[in-house]
This record gives sequence, structure tokens and C-alpha cells, in this order.
Amino acid sequence: MQALIALVAGLVFGVGLLLSGMANPAKVAGFLDLAGSWDPSLALVMGGAIAVALPAFTLAKKRSRAWAGCALTLPTANRIDAPLVLGSLAFGAGWGLAGYCPGPALVSLGMGSAPAGVFVLAMLAGMGAHAWLTRSRA
Amino acid sequence: MNIAWDAFTPWASLAGGALIGLSAALLILGSGRVAGISGIVGGLLKPGGPELPWRLAFLVGLIGAPLVWGLFAAPPEAQPVAGTGTLVLAGLLVGVGTRYGAGCTSGHGVCGLSRLSPRSLVATLSFMAAGFVTVYVVRHLIGG
Repeated sequence: MQALIALVAGLVFGVGLLLSGMANPAKVAGFLDLAGSWDPSLALVMGGAIAVALPAFTLAKKRSRAWAGCALTLPTANRIDAPLVLGSLAFGAGWGLAGYCPGPALVSLGMGSAPAGVFVLAMLAGMGAHAWLTRSRA
Repeated sequence: MNIAWDAFTPWASLAGGALIGLSAALLILGSGRVAGISGIVGGLLKPGGPELPWRLAFLVGLIGAPLVWGLFAAPPEAQPVAGTGTLVLAGLLVGVGTRYGAGCTSGHGVCGLSRLSPRSLVATLSFMAAGFVTVYVVRHLIGG
């Protein structure tokens, strides 16, 4: 049941990305280009998403079980440290360079995009490098 | 600052965002898990465990979304902006960065901000700032 709901959630997420314009690198670049001809559309993606998700997470904080019967787990980390900031800065730089963040890259892969395929392979390599570098501490 | 009104798609972006929020709501309340794409993908690189089935199922849905979309509408516009070398560099930065930073646009930007997490706010401000600066450098300093 947990996986079935996740399948539907993944599908809805992907359709949302396609509809929003997040899966179009040129549109992402237009949003990040404050000094050029700025397309503010993607600010509305985050706004629309939070408007729907905020009540759900407010409810989720009061629950310990999900509809599927499994435990409902929310992140517990609250430290604001160097890995958080430096990692996020590196992520943002990569996002700006290619116009892909992880979700849209995977959706674009599903569209058969070769550039997205290159990006996803490199992203997996980067994630693998992190897993390897942090293996003894995990 | 010039606003590109001709490229502005407020309703599609707002509706797409609402669907993303709906997905995150469904996943946390239904499956009990946070819809953070980098965490879901990164988690697959660890061996097995009880988290594997839902993560795989979510990714099947995500990658399969264009197929389902194609049953009802023409494929949306998608214009790449980077060559192969840049894509490799960008992918590596995104892969390493989202794992050290413990999240991306979905996990921190949507779910984290919806949880009112200060940690996710710092992460979101950091990657947004880096994105703005990177595009400025590439388009206006190097690209000219």
C-alpha cells in the first residue's frame, strides 16, 4: 500500500513538473536570470506547492501513522552547519549551469531527453561519490 | 530588471506547483515519507532495506509521468541550455551537493518550507542564491 500510494504520488509530481515549466531548462534559466529578461513563473510553482503542502505537513506533525499503516517519519535534523550550506550552494550552482534539478531531470529522462540522460548519470556519480566518501561514518 | 511577460505562465506554473504540493501531501500522509527527490534517488544507492519498494515506485511514477501526459496532450516545451561538458559538471555538483545538503528543491524547497523548518529555509536560500549568481556569471560575465 505504501508503494502504491508512492507510485501515484510520483506520477502526480511528474505531471506537476511538466505542467509548471520546471522540466524546461530554458525556463529555469529564465527564472534564475534576474539581470536579464526575467521570467518569474517558477516562483509561483513553489508558492502553489507550499500552499497545498503546508496544511498537509501541519496535519502530519500530529500523526505517527500514515494511511498505509506504516510509520509516518518526518526529518529530525535541525542543525544548520557547513555541509548543509556548502552542499546547497554546490547544488544551486549545478542547477544554474544546466537548468535541471533532480526531479525535472528524471522527468526529462522519461521524455527521452539525451541531455537529461547525461545529467542524471553525472548526478548519480556525484551521489555515489558522496556515499563512498561518507561510508565509514554512516 | 525586465520582466519577460511573453514567457510568463502564471496559471500553468501555479497549477503545476499545486500538483507538486498535492503529491507531497499524498506521500507524507499516505506513505508516511517526505517527497525529496534527491533523498529518494540517493537512498537507492544504499543496499536494500524496507525503504526500497516505495522509493522505486515513486521514481517509476515520476519517470513515467511523460508517458501518461502524452496520452492527453502534446509534449511540453523543453529546451536544453547546456552542452555535454557543462551537463556533466552540473550533474556532479547537483549529485554531491544535494547529498551533503540533504535535500533539493523538493525536499527543502517544498516539503521543508511547508514544515516551517529553519534548516530547510537556509538550504533553500543557499541554493537559490547560488543559482542566481551562477546564471549571472554564465550569461552576463562570461557569455557577455
